[in-house]
Amino acid sequence: MAAFVSGQFRTQDRYAPLPELLQPAGPIPLSLALLIEQLLNGLQLGVMLFLIAAGLTLIFGVMGLINLAHGSLYMVGAFACASVAATTGSFWLGLVTSLAAAAAAGALMEVAVIRRLYARDHLDQVLATFALILVFSEGTRWLFGSFPLYLDIPPVLQGAVALPGGGQYPLYRLAIIAVGVLVAAGLYLLIGRTRLGMRIRAGETDREMIAALGVDIRALYTLVFALGAALAGLAGALVGALQSVQVGMGEPALILAFVVIVIGGIGSIKGALVGAVLVGLVDTMGRFLLPKLLALALPATQAGPVGAAIASMLIYILMALILAFRPSGLFSARS
Amino acid sequence: MRKILAAGAAALVLAAGAAQAEPVKIGVITTLSGGGAGLGIDMRDAFQLAIKQSGNSEIELVVEDDAQKPELAVQIAEKMIQSDKVDLMTGIIWSNLAMAVIPNTVAQDVIYLSPNAGPSALAGANCHPNYFNVAYQNDNFHEAMGEYDNKDYKKTFILAPNYPAGKDALTGFKRYYKGELAGEIYTQVGQTDYAAEIAEIRASGADSVYFFLPGGMGIAFMKQYAQSGVDIPVTGPGFSFSQDVLPAIGDAALGVKNSATWAKDLDNAANKAFVEAFSKEYNRLPSIYAAQSWDTANLILAALGKASVKDRQAFRAALKEADFASVRGKFKFNKNNHPIQDIYVREVVKDGDVLTNRIIGTAFTDHGDAYADQCAM
Repeated sequence: MAAFVSGQFRTQDRYAPLPELLQPAGPIPLSLALLIEQLLNGLQLGVMLFLIAAGLTLIFGVMGLINLAHGSLYMVGAFACASVAATTGSFWLGLVTSLAAAAAAGALMEVAVIRRLYARDHLDQVLATFALILVFSEGTRWLFGSFPLYLDIPPVLQGAVALPGGGQYPLYRLAIIAVGVLVAAGLYLLIGRTRLGMRIRAGETDREMIAALGVDIRALYTLVFALGAALAGLAGALVGALQSVQVGMGEPALILAFVVIVIGGIGSIKGALVGAVLVGLVDTMGRFLLPKLLALALPATQAGPVGAAIASMLIYILMALILAFRPSGLFSARS
Repeated sequence: MRKILAAGAAALVLAAGAAQAEPVKIGVITTLSGGGAGLGIDMRDAFQLAIKQSGNSEIELVVEDDAQKPELAVQIAEKMIQSDKVDLMTGIIWSNLAMAVIPNTVAQDVIYLSPNAGPSALAGANCHPNYFNVAYQNDNFHEAMGEYDNKDYKKTFILAPNYPAGKDALTGFKRYYKGELAGEIYTQVGQTDYAAEIAEIRASGADSVYFFLPGGMGIAFMKQYAQSGVDIPVTGPGFSFSQDVLPAIGDAALGVKNSATWAKDLDNAANKAFVEAFSKEYNRLPSIYAAQSWDTANLILAALGKASVKDRQAFRAALKEADFASVRGKFKFNKNNHPIQDIYVREVVKDGDVLTNRIIGTAFTDHGDAYADQCAM
C-alpha cells in the first residue's frame, strides 16, 4: 500500500497505538563467534584505556600530581594526527606528529604550570589543571573550529580478518591491541631494566634522597611528564580514527582513565594494565549481556533501556566494590 | 560566557528617528562547548544572522552556553527569567535539557520556542500555550524513515541512545515500519565506541540497520561500522547525516538515505536566500539545526510585526498564525503548537568535494504528530 512511486509514496497519516508496536523477533542467539568478538572488543577498549591511564598513573606515581588536563593531551594527539593526515594524506606521519605534539605540549605544560604545583596540595593541583582543560579546549576551538575533524584509518589496516567460529574482526582494532601490548611491554622494560627506570622508581620512593644524590629531579620530572603526555597523544590519535575528533573528546576518556587507576591502584603501571582490561571487559560484556539477561525477567520493551542504564553504571559499581575490599586498589604502588 | 548583543548596528542608525518601541529580550540557551557544540553553534549563528538581516533594533539577545548539561541549562534559564527578564526563550538542542527547562519556563509566563528538541512528553497531555515547537515532534523523522524502509527492508536492526529523544526515535520508527525487528539496542548518551553493538548487528541476521545517533556519536558509529566489514545497509534520520557531521564521517556516508524536513536543495525562495546568506556569512554550509533556528527567528520576527510581546495572549495568537516564509516551504502549527509539515527522504551525495544531502522523495505531506490528540489546548 505504501508504494514509493516517483518521489511520492504516501499522503495519509495513521498512528498505531503504542501497545501494538513491534517487538524484536527474539534475542540474538549467543554464538561462539559473537562471544569471541565481544571479548576482543572488551580487550581492545581496555588496551585503549591503558594507554591513557598509564601516563596518568605514571605522573601520579612519580610526582604525586593529579593531572586533570591529561585528557587535553589526548585531544592534542587526535587533533595533531587529524590535521597532519588531512594535509599530507598520511596517517603514519600524523601518528608520529601526534606523539611529538602531545609530548611537546606536555613538556611545555610541565615547565610553565605543573612545576609550580608539586609542593602544593591536591586541591590546588586539581584547580590549576582544570583551568588547563579550559585553556586547551578553547585554544583548540580557536585553532580548528567547533566542528569535528575527519580522520580515517590507514589503508593497510582497513578491512577485517576472519575469527574462529565464523566471525570477523576489524584489523585496525587488532592493531590497537598489538600497540597496547607493545607499550605495556616497553614500559615494563623501561621501568624495570633501564637507568631512567631506576631513577623513576627511586623518585617514587624518595624524591628528596634522589635529588640529594645529584639526579636532576626537575629534568626527570619533565621527561616523565612528556612520556605520559606522549602516551595520551598516541591513544588520542589511534582513537581519533575510530571516533570523532572534536573539542571535549578528552574528558569522557579521562573519567574512565581515573576509574582505571583507582581500580588498579594509583601509581602502579601493572595496576593500570589490569584495571584497564578489567574495565574494558566489564563495560563491553555488560552492554552486551545485561539486556539479554534482563529480557528473561522483564518485558522486552523495558529490558533494553533498563539493561542499557545498568550497563552504564557497571564499571562504577565495580570500582565501588573493589574500593570496599581493597581501599588502595588492586596493586597500590604506595602500600 | 555572557554575551549580550544588540543586533544590527546599521539598523540602529536607521531606526534612530523612528518611534521608540519597547525592546524585546530573547534568551538563547544552547550548546556551545563540548561534543555537541557544532549543533548549538549552527543554531546560534543562524538565529543571530536572521535577526541581524531583519534590521530589527529592538531585539536584544542573551546567549549562554549550556555545555549539554541539564543542571546548567536549568540555572541559566532561572537567571534569564529572574534577572535578565527575558520575554522569549529558545535555543535548546537536546531533549533531556528541554525536559529540564521548558515546563518550568512556560509556567512563569515566558514563551519558549524550540528550534530542535521535541520530546513526546511535552507534545501530548502536557502541551502548554507558551510552548511552541518550530522544529518537529521527536518521533517525526523516524516515522518517515520507518515508512520508507518498508519499501526495501524486511528485517531491520534499530539502535538509539538511552534518553528521551532516543526512545521517541525508536517509537516513531516502529509506528510505521511493518517488517520484523532483528534487534533493538539502547546505547549510552555520549558513547564513543560501538564495537559491541556492531558485533550484535553482524550476528543478528538483519537486512538493514536504522540508527539515531546525533552529533559525535553518529560520527563514531558510522566510521566504526564502515571499518567493521559489516555490509548491511544503514538508514537514519537526517540528524545522523546532517551537514555538521558529514565532513567528519567522510565517504562512508555516501548514498545513505535519511529523512528530514529540510535540505539545502529544497526549492523555494526563502531557502535559497537562507543558504546563500548563511554560506556567505560563515563560510560553511548550513545544517538542519541552522535551518530550524532560522525559521524560529523569522517566526518571532513575523509575530513581532503583529503584536507586542508584552501582550502574551496576542503574541501567542500571532505566533500560532505562523505567517512567515519558512525555508521548509510549507509550515503551520498543529493544535498542540507542534508543526504540520512535509517530511522528505534525502540521500548523501558529493557536490564537488563536499558531502551533502539532496532530496529524493517525499515520505509524508502535511504530517503532524501522534500526540496532538492528547493535547487539550
